[in-house]
Amino acid sequence: MKKYFLLRVMNIIITLFIIATATFFLMKQLPGSPFDEERLSNLSDDQRIEFLSRYGLDQPLSQQYIIYMKNLVTGDFGESFYFKGQEVADLIKHRIGPSALLGAQAVVLGITIGIVLGIIAAFRHNTIWDFSTMFIAVIGVSVPNFVFAALLQYYVGLKLGLLPVAFWESYSSSIMPTIALSLMVIALIARFTRNEMLEVLQQDYIITARAKGVPQFKVIYKHAIRNALIPVLTILGPIVVSLLTGSLVIENIFGVPGIGSLFVDSIKVNDYTTIMGLTLFYSAFFVLTMLIIDLLYGVIDPRIRINGAKE
Amino acid sequence: MKPIEKRMSEELSDDLFEVVGREGQASEQIDRPQLSSFKDSWMRLSKNKGALISLVVLAVVFLLAIFGPYMNEYKYYETDYAAAYQPPGEEHWLGTDKFGRDQWTRIWEGTRISLFIAILAALLDLFIGVTYGAVSALIGGKTDNMMQRVIEILVGIPNLIIIILLIMLMKPGILTITIAMVITGWVNMARLMRAQIFKLKEQEFVLAARSLGAGNKRLIVHHLIPNTIGIIVINMMFTIPSAIFTEAFLSFIGLGLQEPTASLGVLINDGFQGMRNHFYLLLYPAIVIVAIMVSFNILADGMRDALDPRMRK
Repeated sequence: MKKYFLLRVMNIIITLFIIATATFFLMKQLPGSPFDEERLSNLSDDQRIEFLSRYGLDQPLSQQYIIYMKNLVTGDFGESFYFKGQEVADLIKHRIGPSALLGAQAVVLGITIGIVLGIIAAFRHNTIWDFSTMFIAVIGVSVPNFVFAALLQYYVGLKLGLLPVAFWESYSSSIMPTIALSLMVIALIARFTRNEMLEVLQQDYIITARAKGVPQFKVIYKHAIRNALIPVLTILGPIVVSLLTGSLVIENIFGVPGIGSLFVDSIKVNDYTTIMGLTLFYSAFFVLTMLIIDLLYGVIDPRIRINGAKE
Repeated sequence: MKPIEKRMSEELSDDLFEVVGREGQASEQIDRPQLSSFKDSWMRLSKNKGALISLVVLAVVFLLAIFGPYMNEYKYYETDYAAAYQPPGEEHWLGTDKFGRDQWTRIWEGTRISLFIAILAALLDLFIGVTYGAVSALIGGKTDNMMQRVIEILVGIPNLIIIILLIMLMKPGILTITIAMVITGWVNMARLMRAQIFKLKEQEFVLAARSLGAGNKRLIVHHLIPNTIGIIVINMMFTIPSAIFTEAFLSFIGLGLQEPTASLGVLINDGFQGMRNHFYLLLYPAIVIVAIMVSFNILADGMRDALDPRMRK
C-alpha cells in the first residue's frame, strides 16, 4: 500500500511537471501571444525593456524556465493578459465558488437519482421500469451536455419561463445548470448501479436473507446496496471528467461566473496566462481527485487493500 | 479363458453379426450450415431490436451525409442575403441561416465532416493503440514497463485540456482536430489491447504456433489480432461517438472549424446563438447529433453483447 501510494505520488509529480513544462513552451510558441517577437517590435525601446524585464524575458530561456517553475510552485500563475493588473490566481479564487457549488450539487443530485433509478431497475428487472431507466441512461450518455443545456434553456427558461435563463443572481439561477451537469452523472450511476445490483441479487447471501424471511426493504438496504455500491466508486473518475468538461460549456451557456466560463472566455480573447493557469489548476485537481478515489477504494473494499499489499 | 466365455464364443460366432447402418463418414457428416463467428455474432445482434433500429438510423444518416448536400441546388457556402433566416418550408427544407445559406445542405455537409473526423480519429486510435499495446505486451519485461509508464502519465492528464491547448497551437482544421484527438485518444485502445494479449499469449495455441516457428509478426497478425478483433470493434464503436462529441464540443467553445465549413458542432453553436428567435437553427442539427450519438451507443452495446456474450449484463 505504502509503496503503491509513493508510486502514485511520484507519477503525479511527473505528470504535473510535464504539463507545466509543456505549457511554458506552448506559451513561447503560440501565435499572437503578447510575447510574440512581432508584437514586441511594435513597442518603443523603453517600453520594450520594461516589458521584457517585468516578465523576465531579458534572461536566457533556461533562466526564464526556472523563474516560471519557481513561481508555479508558490502558486503564482502570473498576471492575466486580458484583465490588466489581475493575478490569475486571484481570478481563479474569485470564480471558483459558483463552479464548486454547481459541481457539488450535480454530484449529489446525480448520485442520488442515479442510485435510486439503478435499484428500481434491478428489482424490476426486464419490466417497463428497467427499460425506462436504461433509456434514460443511454440518453444521458449520448446527448452532448451542451445540446441538452441549450434545449433545457430554451424550453424551461424561454418557453415556460420557469427558471432564470442566464445571469447569476439568486439560488434559482443554479438549478438549470445543475440539472444539465447532472444528466451524465445520473446516466453513469444508474446504469452501473443496476448492473451491480443484478449481480449482487444472485448471490447466496441474498437468497439466504430472503429464505430467512427478511423483509424486502431490509434485503435491499442491509445486504444488497452495501455490496453493490462499492464498485460504483470506480466510475467516479469518468464522473469527475464529465463534470470538468461539462462545466466549460454549461457555465458558458447559463452565464455562470465560474472557472469553466473563465477558461472558455480566455480562449476566445487569447488570454494566455489565464489559460495556462487554469490548465495547471484543472490538471492538478484532476490528478489529485483520481488519487483520492483510488485510495478511498482501498479503504472501503478490504479485498483490494490485500491485493495491493501483496504486490 | 473361463469355461463360460469359451462357450459363448463358440455359440455366438462372428458370422452371426453384420454391420447395420454405420456407413463410413455418414455419422460424421455435417448437415446444418456452418456458422462462422461472424454469422454467430450477427445472429445474436439481429435479435436485439434496439441495435437493429440504430443500424437503420445510422445507415440513413450515412446515406444523407453522402447524398443529402446534392438533393437540392444549393451549396453549403452559397450565401443569399435576401433570403436570410427563412423558416423551414418549400424553398429551403430546413430554412436558412443568418447568411441565407441553405440549412439542409449545411446540416448534411456538417454531418459528413463530423463523421469523417470521428471515423478518421477512431481509425488512427486503432492503428496506434493496437500497435503500441501489442508491442508492449509481446516484448514484455523492461520495455513493457517503460511503455506502461508513458501511458500512466498520459492517462493522468485530462484529455480535453490537452486537446484545447494543441488546437490553440495549430490552426483549427479537419486534420488538426483529428490529430489533437488522436494524441491522447489512442491510450485506451493500447491498454485494452495489452491486457487482452497478455491473457492470450499464455494460451496453448500461441505456444503451438511458436513451436512451429512462427515469428512475432506472424503471431500478431494471424493469431492474436483475430482473437482480439471483438474488443477492437467494440472499442471503435465507442470511440466514434466520443470523437463526434469532442469535435462538437470544440466548435461550441469557439475552437472548431472556420467558416464557411460546417460541422455539427459549428451548426449547433450558430443555432444556439440565434436560438431565441430562430429555434429551428438549433433544433435540426441537435436532432442529427443526438440521433448519431444514441444510435452509435446502442449499437455498440448490442455489439458488445453479440461479440462477447460473456460480457453481457
